[in-house]
Amino acid sequence: MNSLDFSIVLQAWPYLWSGLLFSLALTAVAFVVGMILGTCFALLQHFEVPVIGKVVRGYIALIRSIPLILVLFWFFFLVPIVLGHLAGNGRPIPIGATWTAFITFGLFEAAYYSEIIRVGLRAVNRGQFEACQALALSTFETYRSVILPQVLRVASPIILSQTIILFQDTSLVYVLSLTDLLGAASKLAQLNGRLVEMYLVVVVVYLAISSAASQGVALLRKRYAIAGARR
Amino acid sequence: MVQEIAVNEMSRCQAIVAVEGLVKRFGHFTALNDINLSVTTGEKIVLCGPSGSGKSTLIRCINHIEKHDAGRIVVDGVELTDRMADINSVRREVGMVFQSFNLFPHLSVVENCMLAPMKVRGLSRAEAHERAIGVLRKVRIHDQATKYPGQLSGGQQQRVAIARALCMQPKIMLFDEPTSALDPEMVKEVLDTMVELARDGMTMVCVTHEMGFAREIADRVVFMDRGAIVEEADPETFFRAPSTERARDFLGQIIH
Repeated sequence: MNSLDFSIVLQAWPYLWSGLLFSLALTAVAFVVGMILGTCFALLQHFEVPVIGKVVRGYIALIRSIPLILVLFWFFFLVPIVLGHLAGNGRPIPIGATWTAFITFGLFEAAYYSEIIRVGLRAVNRGQFEACQALALSTFETYRSVILPQVLRVASPIILSQTIILFQDTSLVYVLSLTDLLGAASKLAQLNGRLVEMYLVVVVVYLAISSAASQGVALLRKRYAIAGARR
Repeated sequence: MVQEIAVNEMSRCQAIVAVEGLVKRFGHFTALNDINLSVTTGEKIVLCGPSGSGKSTLIRCINHIEKHDAGRIVVDGVELTDRMADINSVRREVGMVFQSFNLFPHLSVVENCMLAPMKVRGLSRAEAHERAIGVLRKVRIHDQATKYPGQLSGGQQQRVAIARALCMQPKIMLFDEPTSALDPEMVKEVLDTMVELARDGMTMVCVTHEMGFAREIADRVVFMDRGAIVEEADPETFFRAPSTERARDFLGQIIH
């Protein structure tokens, strides 16, 4: 067996770097889309909005019970067909692998973030709502200024853990032939035959980013914990 | 001239809160049954009675935190109906202090006091801040303005809660057992704050078992039992010679 040769990694670095940037961009977009949609989903259920609340509940149950990779497949093949039907000519309209990835991850993560926020909403003390009522705050202000800030603070460690998992899950885009960090490494590995070196480097990068993020979670927890809160 | 005085007298004595035939049920349990109560501007009322007698429910109906099932509640000329506009116009004029403080834990003391004046009264940040500091100074807690509720003692938190309600410049203040959750050594600082507020002429309805406080500031003591008002009297009469058996029993239990 040949000894390890990491010089190959240095040569390949620009390509790996572009793969890593894609992974990070996908994580960031899915996080933002997922949080906004997830918060809306959680509120729709929290307010028990007729019909829509139930539909959202069903959507979340469905998404959370099937593997992400399957959702990616379905999206990739199904959405073009649906779009084609909507356009009226019945011919599939391809949306491309990149769009598929961004949309799917955003929608998929929304289901998970929504559950975290829904549970957080239920944990807020009833007295907080009563205090808002007594001060004549509108429902919108009650949630915007009082309830959601507390929910997000309490839930932020779980939200960030979920986001770390999301970052690792972005590697699944290889099924759409997209080039993320892992995809870049595996393509190079097959070209130059240096599988061990390439996959080792990928492990190190994932490890570094994920553990740095975990450290960040711990720091955030300390810094943004509600002062004096007995939790 | 005489007429003018009479009109003034009338407006002064006009009820700021009028409760007529109020009924509140929780499922099959009738918490309040045919309650009639009127509070005139500047009046201080102490509501007392055994636990479960409905006194907290009554004041929670006055700002519609509990929805009543029958009867009328008119606050400052506005009848409480299901219309959110009516409810909010009443709530703007009615401050409330809770047993468990219910401060917003993620906001500092001064921010707790600024939120509603900004969002509900439309004050600018600077105006709300100025008002908040002024009121916090009045309850002698302005030196803690930048701290968070969790960093304060119970007594301090309750004084902040009083300040938060006062920053809305309400016409009437409701107190729901404001000292019941406090350690004994902190009760006095909260009661002192309430006495000062009473001396400033605030209209107050207080659910409390602090009989010393009732004697000192109450114009009227209202004794409730099993969802009904059983006895109403000035504090001197009520404590010295309660006219009902139930009030005597109650006083016997709380005054050792």
